[in-house]
Amino acid sequence: MKASDLSRLVTAKTERRPIALVTDLGSHQQALFEAGNEAPSLSLSPAQQAAVAEALAANRSGEIEIEGRPLFVQARVPDPRLVVVGAVHITQALAPMAALAGYEVIVVDPRRAFATGERFPSVTLRHDWPDEALDAIRLDERSAVVTLTHDPKIDDPALDRALRSRAFYIGALGSKKTHAARLQRLTEAGFDQATLARIHGPAGLAIGAKSPAEIAISVLAQLTAARHGQSTR
Amino acid sequence: MTHQEEDVLQTALNWKKDGRDVAIATVTSTWGSSPRPAGSQLVVDGSGAMVGSVSGGCIEGAVVREALDAIADGKPRLLDFGVTNEQAWEVGLACGGKLQVYVERLE
Repeated sequence: MKASDLSRLVTAKTERRPIALVTDLGSHQQALFEAGNEAPSLSLSPAQQAAVAEALAANRSGEIEIEGRPLFVQARVPDPRLVVVGAVHITQALAPMAALAGYEVIVVDPRRAFATGERFPSVTLRHDWPDEALDAIRLDERSAVVTLTHDPKIDDPALDRALRSRAFYIGALGSKKTHAARLQRLTEAGFDQATLARIHGPAGLAIGAKSPAEIAISVLAQLTAARHGQSTR
Repeated sequence: MTHQEEDVLQTALNWKKDGRDVAIATVTSTWGSSPRPAGSQLVVDGSGAMVGSVSGGCIEGAVVREALDAIADGKPRLLDFGVTNEQAWEVGLACGGKLQVYVERLE
């Protein structure tokens, strides 16, 4: 591997761009593959190019053999992101756990008394209102949003933005009763049933979680399932 | 918070910038119950220091030896680790999986 290619692989990840390193295992030729720069030095056929693009889109590293050419694709996609709305006790457990599981974690809470560096060491904190914060963060299909405040003033604007995004997971904490009231408000705000069904509410797997850390585990478990396309309903 | 799952390629780049010799081992294919999926990487320096993994610790020793050879001769190599369940105990791959690992020097 060329050091210059390695450098570009590392940079692409911090800039949240999908990229692949493609190695011809026969000739040992190697080149980077990304949108607009599809490993020109490898002279991939249209079919080979399509296969590499598909593997990259699916974040699937592995060997593909197209037209008798053994190609190894090392896919690198941006880290998944978790936006937690509400700098509450559960968040103090969820943020470090999610970081360990590979998420870039952002905590949003306009209440400065909650979202302090002391309570959340080394966490990215935002103090703007959730709708503004989520607009700025630009949720993509590798983003997840969990609301934990139980306060409609804070949770609802976040859910509004999450429902308009391609986020792969949306969770909202709160009892069944709280959630029913929440769905009612969001319906009045114009969201249809199919859209509202994207919200996991109450968030988390039913594992009898009681303490903040246990609730964080149940939410992170559900998030993990969603990330890998497993239904938990 | 930045995620804590280490980016071994970042480490490889840092080591290279420090003037160390570096080799990168990457799982290219797996069969059966292999502990780490294709794309998993182990970064090795000229002294045998390593970060990352290509198995659950089962074949890392052998891979490091090949990585040191790759650093010495500059030739990339594709290694096969096929183990039967009986052999598995000897090399520590208790699952009986099979995998291929590509080892290359960082130029």
